[in-house]
Amino acid sequence: MSARTIAAREGAGVVQVDAEVLGNSAVGAYRHLTLVTPGLAEIARPGQFVALAVGDGTSSMLLRRSFSIHRVSPAGTYGATTEIVVAAAGPGTEELTRLEAGASVSVIGPLGKGFPLPSQPVPCILVGGGYGSAPLFWLAEQLRERGCPVEIVLGAATADRLFGVVEARRVADGVTVTTDDGSAGTRGWVSDVLPDLIARTGAGVLYGCGPMGMLRSMSAIASDHGIVAQVAVEEAMACGVGICMTCVMPVADQHGTTKMVRSCLEGPVFRGDRVRWEAFDDGLCRVPADAVGAPKEAR
Amino acid sequence: MTAATPPSSVDMSVDLAGVRLPNPMMTASGCAANGREMHRFIDVAQLGAFVTKSVKAQPVSGRGTPRMAETPSGMLNSIGLQGPGVQAFVEEDLAWLHSIGARVVVSIAGSTASEFAGVARAVVRSRYASAVAAIEVNISCPNVANRGLVFACDPASSHKVMTLVREEVPRGLPMLAKLSPDVTDIVEIADTVLKAGAHGLTMINTTLGVAIDVDRLRPHLIAATGGLSGPAIRPIAVRAVWQVAGAMRAGRIRTAPIVGAGGVRTGRDALELVAAGASAIQVGTAAFNDPTAPERVGRELEALIAERGFTRLSEVTGIAHERFTP
Ligand SMILES: Cc1cc2nc3c(=O)[nH]c(=O)nc-3n(C[C@H](O)[C@H](O)[C@H](O)COP(=O)(O)OP(=O)(O)OC[C@H]3O[C@@H](n4cnc5c(N)ncnc54)[C@H](O)[C@@H]3O)c2cc1C
Ligand SMILES: Cc1cc2nc3c(=O)[nH]c(=O)nc-3n(C[C@H](O)[C@H](O)[C@H](O)COP(=O)(O)O)c2cc1C
Ligand code: FES
Repeated sequence: MSARTIAAREGAGVVQVDAEVLGNSAVGAYRHLTLVTPGLAEIARPGQFVALAVGDGTSSMLLRRSFSIHRVSPAGTYGATTEIVVAAAGPGTEELTRLEAGASVSVIGPLGKGFPLPSQPVPCILVGGGYGSAPLFWLAEQLRERGCPVEIVLGAATADRLFGVVEARRVADGVTVTTDDGSAGTRGWVSDVLPDLIARTGAGVLYGCGPMGMLRSMSAIASDHGIVAQVAVEEAMACGVGICMTCVMPVADQHGTTKMVRSCLEGPVFRGDRVRWEAFDDGLCRVPADAVGAPKEAR
Repeated sequence: MTAATPPSSVDMSVDLAGVRLPNPMMTASGCAANGREMHRFIDVAQLGAFVTKSVKAQPVSGRGTPRMAETPSGMLNSIGLQGPGVQAFVEEDLAWLHSIGARVVVSIAGSTASEFAGVARAVVRSRYASAVAAIEVNISCPNVANRGLVFACDPASSHKVMTLVREEVPRGLPMLAKLSPDVTDIVEIADTVLKAGAHGLTMINTTLGVAIDVDRLRPHLIAATGGLSGPAIRPIAVRAVWQVAGAMRAGRIRTAPIVGAGGVRTGRDALELVAAGASAIQVGTAAFNDPTAPERVGRELEALIAERGFTRLSEVTGIAHERFTP
């Protein structure tokens, strides 16, 4: 079974391929998958993601699962490859983590808007929570190519849920590790170490990918320091390509107008100060009363 | 990279209440946004018709999240008719669909019967009206005036909506009524809307369900209930089409084209609906898995019809009724 293109219209910036699994190895609590994805790797940017189907066209799990692109190799020995890091969180990701080398999986990507890169060589801090660090190393390389000093902060509940500590040391000028239980690095949350790090490095931008709670506190810390946070969010997505409207979140535009926007199309990367974090609570997100088209109070 | 289709011996064209479509394939409302995103994967102008997300008079934010839950061979959704409102829809979405030469079925919705009529008027009087192949009236949304009761569950309300919309729709433009399966007697509702002037029927919309998050032990969706769609509901769609087409054949209700929707993922699924009585097919949830599905299913359907020795799609429409001996 080798990789096959299913759909790729000229200039669409996205492809649908039946990818071949080249490798699947354990990394701490996660699986690292390498996929042969002709046409995809060539056009991807850090912060973009891919949407994988679970099983074939007869699977009872109909919805695609989204994963940040860890890195791409446009011209490897096997052609263009895309790497992702998968945590077995539920039935779909469990099935995907069992894919063996040689197996076929339907992949759509690259999807969404990636991390915007600064035009000036400003110091940057990249913050990853759990597998959320997956897209950051490739981002770090691109930032350093532009002359930006790069610090990486990796946080997780426990040491085995950290991803990429060794890789971080290779691509960053400094690495800080935090775990909730103290099994590696500093005990605590990434938000505990951020204020000092911002003060010490004079960072102008925070980049983050991880759980919503982490992104929310990162955004607050960035605002306190008068700097920008660019965060890659994770909203439940059914299609990943913009046709189902399931992945929306309340985000304010540059005029301050809040709309329920598709995080798969306008995101997954948003400016932290534009996201209406107060709308999120205990796994739910309510429509802010001032959002465009919000339901009117009791008629 | 769509594979070149070999010249086919099957005539797949459809007569949709006087409007000719080159093939029976459509998207399902709300399952392809308003075209641009799907156009990255397939040329939506090649579909028999593109069906838009249901549009209301004013912008609608839709519900909070989660508004989706995966279920066996399907999903629940409670999007809440999110959309930009008819004015922005016409200027941005319909204008774009017009510019690529798509045949468009505009799905309209409202909380009151007059809202439906207003939306229809704005669409048919717009400067992009030439792209409109039909108006699909989504009477499966709640009627605000009637304490949230769904229009399509109540013959009197659905009659009123269709009557008001019909006054806005010019002659020659088909008006389809989209029916909910959540009714005691779908043939009665079909009869009502046809008497009120509908030229065709789309069956079915989603059917109501609830999923419980068993970790938090509360409903998974922020709205608690959602619409079930996907292959899980296909037998319900086939049943609805079967019952209504049967009533038409028996002369119990007026004859009109039926657009089949519900759980279509493959050409075989589409063929089931066609044999039960559908003249055209909408593909909804399956597109979330495979955005090329509306086009792929059409190719598969054509091959299956050819394999069975037919030369026209219309020969197969409703054939299961002829081959059934109770
Ligand atoms: C942009 C983006 C990037 C992501 N990157 C990664 C990554 O690099 N590595 C990784 O392990 N996971 C990542 N995730 C999360 C991953 O997509 C979910 O864990 C996964 O979809 C859950 O699928 P499941 O079958 O295990 O769970 P189920 O609960 O069975 O999933 C059912 C449905 O809900 C959706 N869903 C459930 N939980 C989530 C969630 N947390 N986020 C999004 N959709 C969800 C699923 O996609 C599916 O459609 C990412 C999510 C998004 C949106
Ligand atoms: C996410 C989603 C949104 C939908 N939105 C609409 C809508 O706006 N108007 C409408 O008439 N039907 C809507 N539907 C129903 C579909 O058009 C279709 O009738 C139904 O999903 C059954 O077809 P399927 O099983 O192929 O999805 C929606 C369905 C889904 C899954
Ligand atoms: S996941 Fe379908 S629109 Fe974003």
